[in-house]
Amino acid sequence: MAKKVVALILAGGQGTRLGILTDEIAKPAVPFGGKYRIIDFALSNCVNSGIYTVGVLTQYRPHVLSKHIGIGRPWDLDRKDGGVVILPPYVAQDDSNWYKGTANAVYQNIDYIDAYNPEIVVVLSGDHIYSMDYNEMIDYHLSKGADGTVACMRVPLSEAHRFGMMVTDFENRIVDFQEKPEKPRSDLASLGIYVFNWSFLKERLIEDEQTPESSNDFGKNILPETVDRDLGKLFAFVFEGYWRDVGTLQALWESNIELTRPIPPLNLHDPTWRFYTQTEEYLPAYVGRSSRVRNSLINEGAEIYGRVDSSVIFQGVQIGEGSVVRNSVIMTNTRIGKGVLIDKAIVGENSVINDDCVLGYGEEVPHETHPGIYDSGLVVVGYDAVISAGIKIGKNCAIANHVREGDFSGDVPGGKTIAAKE
Amino acid sequence: MDHIGSGKEWDLDRKQGGLFILQPYYSPYNPSMGYKGTADAIFQNINILRRGNEDYVMIGSGDHIFKTDLGEVFRYHLETGSDITVLTSSNIDNYNFGNVSLLKCKEGRVIEWIEREGPVEDLGGSNCVALGVYFMNKFLLRELLYSTVPNGENELVKGVIIPNLTSLNVREYRYNGYWRDIKQSKSCYYRTNLDILNPEIRRELFYEHGRVFTKLKDLPPPKITGTAFISNSVIADGCVVGGRLEDSVLFRDTRVLAGATVKGSVLLEGCIVEEGAYVENVILDKYCTVRSGKSFIGEQSDPTVIEKHGVI
Repeated sequence: MAKKVVALILAGGQGTRLGILTDEIAKPAVPFGGKYRIIDFALSNCVNSGIYTVGVLTQYRPHVLSKHIGIGRPWDLDRKDGGVVILPPYVAQDDSNWYKGTANAVYQNIDYIDAYNPEIVVVLSGDHIYSMDYNEMIDYHLSKGADGTVACMRVPLSEAHRFGMMVTDFENRIVDFQEKPEKPRSDLASLGIYVFNWSFLKERLIEDEQTPESSNDFGKNILPETVDRDLGKLFAFVFEGYWRDVGTLQALWESNIELTRPIPPLNLHDPTWRFYTQTEEYLPAYVGRSSRVRNSLINEGAEIYGRVDSSVIFQGVQIGEGSVVRNSVIMTNTRIGKGVLIDKAIVGENSVINDDCVLGYGEEVPHETHPGIYDSGLVVVGYDAVISAGIKIGKNCAIANHVREGDFSGDVPGGKTIAAKE
Repeated sequence: MDHIGSGKEWDLDRKQGGLFILQPYYSPYNPSMGYKGTADAIFQNINILRRGNEDYVMIGSGDHIFKTDLGEVFRYHLETGSDITVLTSSNIDNYNFGNVSLLKCKEGRVIEWIEREGPVEDLGGSNCVALGVYFMNKFLLRELLYSTVPNGENELVKGVIIPNLTSLNVREYRYNGYWRDIKQSKSCYYRTNLDILNPEIRRELFYEHGRVFTKLKDLPPPKITGTAFISNSVIADGCVVGGRLEDSVLFRDTRVLAGATVKGSVLLEGCIVEEGAYVENVILDKYCTVRSGKSFIGEQSDPTVIEKHGVI
């Protein structure tokens, strides 16, 4: 007997480590893979797993995200029963307010979930690129008689300090948590994908809300409390498929470029596991006589007259004659003039890079104010930016959204940020 | 019908108006099942001219590739107060007609309308040719149909418009852009597809006067592998190109594998050209496969066609 399942996608995160790319949009709305946005993967996994009741919890800069999801038609989520609902924070008679943490976000939407009276709630993150059949995890959860199940991936112990680690016993029951441990006792990293019995989770959420010192977070509070006080049975589900956290510029860039490789680990072509997205319609991509395209994803509406190598070219991108684009991610409707050289860059939507510009020249120097964000030698150009002709931009630079030609006073050496004056 | 569906891709799934698929149906009055001509086709579906509160009708054809703002034609129709407005062109060079309507016009009014077998070399004594798009008042069309079709006139132009040319104010609206009738021949279908490789035609068809919508299939972005060489080609979503592709049009979900060559060809949805295969000047209908090492060459003026699901 199929259990009634509601999925909740936590999509309120700002994603500060994506720098200017999330200045104006939430992280789940960041474009990915030529035509998608990050949240498409969680949404598509839901419908491909047969979960048609999905709440998307938004908070930070939700406009692009809400418009993208709309009534959920591209995902077949425009339904009479269930479907997709955007759940922003709201004001109620008592004290409802901004979502304080992941657990509080779900707590504030208990009424939404109760209306469907589900047996199982799947809590997902809208920040990850992955392909996963949640049914396998739900089956595992049921077979273990668990109250909650956490999806985990085996990571090298040297990487464990970046993750929340699950310490498990012989039957995979979680016995301890280590948040970004220096000395990991396990190689199982949490993927931020949870399956709960709703009655159990609801009780935990209400209790957590009454604990003033709690930061109302699944990873920091709900799960450790459950284990420490032996309030329920939590199990680790070891996932062996494709999963990427694209929370940093480097990871976002790598996951994109990975798609241009022969037989990439994320199969976008699987007819039984399609990824859906809301896109505008364009004509097919055109590759001109003077161009040379290899090892790349190109897209509808793209017009390519230059050389493209190991890059992801989004819809409607124009690349002029004599231009070279290498190891880069060029997002929707960006125009690249003639004679431009772009190496290792992420360029946001609707930007213009005029003739003879160079992106990514010189030595790699740390960024002057945000060395932890703009690293790995990437040049990042925001949305709707215009770079004047002939400008050279060094590595680890950020060109903010809405920059205009007047904002440049000459070449930009490595490690600088150019902000828009207005 | 699978393609059009409810019309939602064109925003035509509406409470008010929207899309109707009309097809011949059996009735005691029409036991023959089928349309005997263009006028008869409309006459058999005259109910759509009775319902709704629209005052005007546009009649066009589904076989023509052109792009214009029909709103402007309609405005012209209203402003001139004509009974029938017909889209015309004087630029016949590249047009290909089966039957051609040669029109003689005086100050915008059509005074002579001759139907002839195509193709035509020149306009002769006429000014322009009709492009198969007509605007008229709905009630006028109903009256015209009731007075002609029951008397055995089944063709809209020959039986309805031409006999009434002197009594009606038929005016022309001049269009000189790109226009093709793709149902004329396979070579015409082929050439029209390859026309998209021309940047000016591409601009006119896809960027001016709004977008072209179609049924979406949610396929991933086209992928170009490290062994590919592509020149002057159009590639739709879902394709994977690892071979040589020149002057060709790839429809959705097509594979050109490493070492394969495709030149001057039109490959419809789901075709596969395997390693080392060679294809030139052909049309492959949907889901064709050209096996490894096979070669298949057509004439540019007369491209070879492989039917659906064909394997070579």
